[in-house]
Amino acid sequence: MSDTREQEFLEYVQGGGQVETHDWMPEEYRKRLIKFVEMHANSELMGVLPERDWILRAPTLQRKLALTAKIQDEVGHAQLIYRVVEDLGKPRDDCLDDLLSGRSKFHNVFHYPTRTWGDVGVIAWLVDAAAIISQKALLKCSYGPYARIMKRICWEESFHVLHGRDVVLALVNGTDLQRELVQEALDRWWVPLMMFHGTPLPAEDDPMLHWRIKSQANEGARQQFLEGYVPQVRELGLTLPDPKLRRREDGTWEYTEPDWDELMSVVSGHGPASAERLAFRRLSRAEVDWVSRVVLAEAA
Amino acid sequence: MPDRIYEVFRMERKGQPLQHAGSFHAPDDRFAEAYAREFYARRHESAALWVVPRSAVTTIEDFGDELDTSYRRVDGYSLKVRLREARRRVAEGG
Repeated sequence: MSDTREQEFLEYVQGGGQVETHDWMPEEYRKRLIKFVEMHANSELMGVLPERDWILRAPTLQRKLALTAKIQDEVGHAQLIYRVVEDLGKPRDDCLDDLLSGRSKFHNVFHYPTRTWGDVGVIAWLVDAAAIISQKALLKCSYGPYARIMKRICWEESFHVLHGRDVVLALVNGTDLQRELVQEALDRWWVPLMMFHGTPLPAEDDPMLHWRIKSQANEGARQQFLEGYVPQVRELGLTLPDPKLRRREDGTWEYTEPDWDELMSVVSGHGPASAERLAFRRLSRAEVDWVSRVVLAEAA
Repeated sequence: MPDRIYEVFRMERKGQPLQHAGSFHAPDDRFAEAYAREFYARRHESAALWVVPRSAVTTIEDFGDELDTSYRRVDGYSLKVRLREARRRVAEGG
């Protein structure tokens, strides 16, 4: 009986059907959805920390304001996405507890340090471009509330890409030192970027595609990123640190296989900046705790 | 905890319908207004917002049709079949 129901659900979502919060859903679907959406929310929240370090060091007032606005957007995305998780049954405080204790994960790129202003440009341009590709593939997600907020999120991410590309353009049009700065940042970020879309898991083995939570396989997203952005990077006179990188006649990009064990190690909290980032998040949660207590007490 | 959930409906441009935009936590209506402005209109992307405590929303999702009210709907009328029949009758001079 419940198997038939689950089968019908599966056929419904695989056929493009969308599910709402109060609809019946198989436990496995709910569990996978929560885990996936929660990691997305965690990534938005943790993703502001590498950029936050540069607010005070931004080269002009305009850049400082643009960067602050981007950070506000990302925190806003975190709050929108945590709301989706909450309506699926996991309270936000539990999500934050799990994030801080390392029980849940966040995206690989946010486990690395930012060393120069070049990093800010490369992150806003290319990390956000890679993220838009993943997020656009969620516009057709079988879970309606998640798919709908993605529209707004993609719209805001497109500002970030614009901002990042502008930062990179200003640097490449500047002095030799500035060009070296952005090239050095790109060299460091390339491998994390190549890992960003995950292991090239075959579509039929990806449970996220099975339930149509995602609508694009990992490798497809990476190929789309390479196709869209390698030419844009190269036309600026920048180089990419992968001697194997090349576009085949059939349009497929070849590249050096990233070390997938490193990806697993990084996202499970062993990246170069993982501990520092989590410690900072823990500290800020403790530091602002009194604000929520005061606000909630006043409203009571 | 007095913290509650507010639902936001957003009008993108004047003359368009309000559509559900999302939700957030706020301790009271005053905060809810401030949050709604920050979350849904900081780029001037909205012409109007409705901010409603979730508890004020009544959800209705079951629309059964036990009494067959298809006569209220377009799909309750199959003109095609009857029209073909009528045309055939006229053509045959009946």
